[in-house]
Amino acid sequence: MSSTTIAEKVTQIIVDKLGCDEAQVVPGASFTADLGADSLDIVELVMEFENHFGLSIPDDKAEQIQTVGDAISFIEQSQA
Amino acid sequence: MRRVVVTGLGAVTPLGNDVGTFWKALVAGTSGANLITKFDTTHFKTKFACEVKGLDIASYIDKKEANRLDPSAQYALIAATQAVEDSGILSSFNPDRVGVIWSSGIGGILTFQQEITNFATGNGTPRFNPFFIPKMIPDISAGHISMKYGFRGPNFAPVAACASSTIALADAFIYIKYGRIDACVAGGSEMAITEGGIGGFNAMKALSERNDDFETASRPFDATRDGFVMGEGGCGLVLEEYEHAMKRGAKIYAEVMGCGLTADAYHLTAPHPEGLGAYNVMKNTIEEAGLGTNEVDYVNVHGTSTPLGDIAELKAIKQLFGEDAYRLNISSTKSQTGHLLGAAGAIEAIACIKAVQEDIIPPTINFNTPDENIDQKLNLTLNKAEKRTINTALSNTFGFGGHNASIVFKKFVQ
Repeated sequence: MSSTTIAEKVTQIIVDKLGCDEAQVVPGASFTADLGADSLDIVELVMEFENHFGLSIPDDKAEQIQTVGDAISFIEQSQA
Repeated sequence: MRRVVVTGLGAVTPLGNDVGTFWKALVAGTSGANLITKFDTTHFKTKFACEVKGLDIASYIDKKEANRLDPSAQYALIAATQAVEDSGILSSFNPDRVGVIWSSGIGGILTFQQEITNFATGNGTPRFNPFFIPKMIPDISAGHISMKYGFRGPNFAPVAACASSTIALADAFIYIKYGRIDACVAGGSEMAITEGGIGGFNAMKALSERNDDFETASRPFDATRDGFVMGEGGCGLVLEEYEHAMKRGAKIYAEVMGCGLTADAYHLTAPHPEGLGAYNVMKNTIEEAGLGTNEVDYVNVHGTSTPLGDIAELKAIKQLFGEDAYRLNISSTKSQTGHLLGAAGAIEAIACIKAVQEDIIPPTINFNTPDENIDQKLNLTLNKAEKRTINTALSNTFGFGGHNASIVFKKFVQ
């Protein structure tokens, strides 16, 4: 899957789960500070990433995913 | 003693998604029954229920919030929002003295079913959604309502099966009457029209199986009744201390006069054959209200359309009211709405309050065949609404486990 497609899909999942505007979902956006997510939202987002991209993201890695860019690059590396 | 009045109403029901629409349909005598649209009923004995229709959830709850809510909690938030806005209480309140007491008989059974099914069909690795538990637990609606408005008083869910939301109203009444709080959002909501809900009640032989004539299947007091019809929805009230309501110039629908809570202590699901718990709960309620048996005008019965339940309740009414039983209007609005389980007390409270306010008794519809075990001299308000002056209306609800709860409303007089 190309990185554009990954970024697009990640954005779509975030918009769907957090109910935020697509324009807010930029690589530097923090899930908690900028997109209004709480700890449960982040767990749910990570599960959606796992389901969609066929990944298993361990808890210690999941804790490092704090921004939209973190999520995209983690998924890109996992699929490389 | 402090007086308690009703200042706000909200309703999401099988007959309409606001109080005005609901009440108009109820007076007209409308069946809320339909073939179930929520799941494939091919292999189910019962294929119909009274579903909520055409509810615009997005106009009340944003998408992210809606994702976190089981349908039972969505109904709660919508009905509570209507009631709070209707009451106007947001113009003047002390947040620490407003409670939320909101019940559900079961809670998020759809969420529970989905999450467990997902696990059971997986490879054994637990992949539960982080919102599973907070979506499912029956107290969460009270929490959501408090967070929306900042009401920081007592906040919980009483659970007593189909008596649950009468108990929510009773608790709210008691807390206000004894001075603990100034006001309370109280009610109940339920959405158990799922495979587990219908299948579970079917297994108990509790539901009507009249699939070929589902619109008339909920037929309390009729000799051919064969069980209850499942309903869904949420209804809420704002109860408020009288002086508090007067000071802010609130409109007042009715006064809450008394409540009662008892147990049958008899059987898991069957009512006491002589209606002992029902008798006691009505007696306690009118005694607290200071009403004689000749002063009650309307009884909105539990009347679920089950063979045993309807008879036991009418026995209890005759025993308590004696000759005055014949001057009562009695009706079962479940003939129209179906049985909303943990929301039954709240929807029927609204029926009583509107009856008292507008002097109209909503009818028991679908009656055709008299039951020789039921005294035909009782006025069961069959098939057609009746106008009469209604000063007081009593609502009964009874739940599996032998829980009984009643509450009585009076026409408001300053």
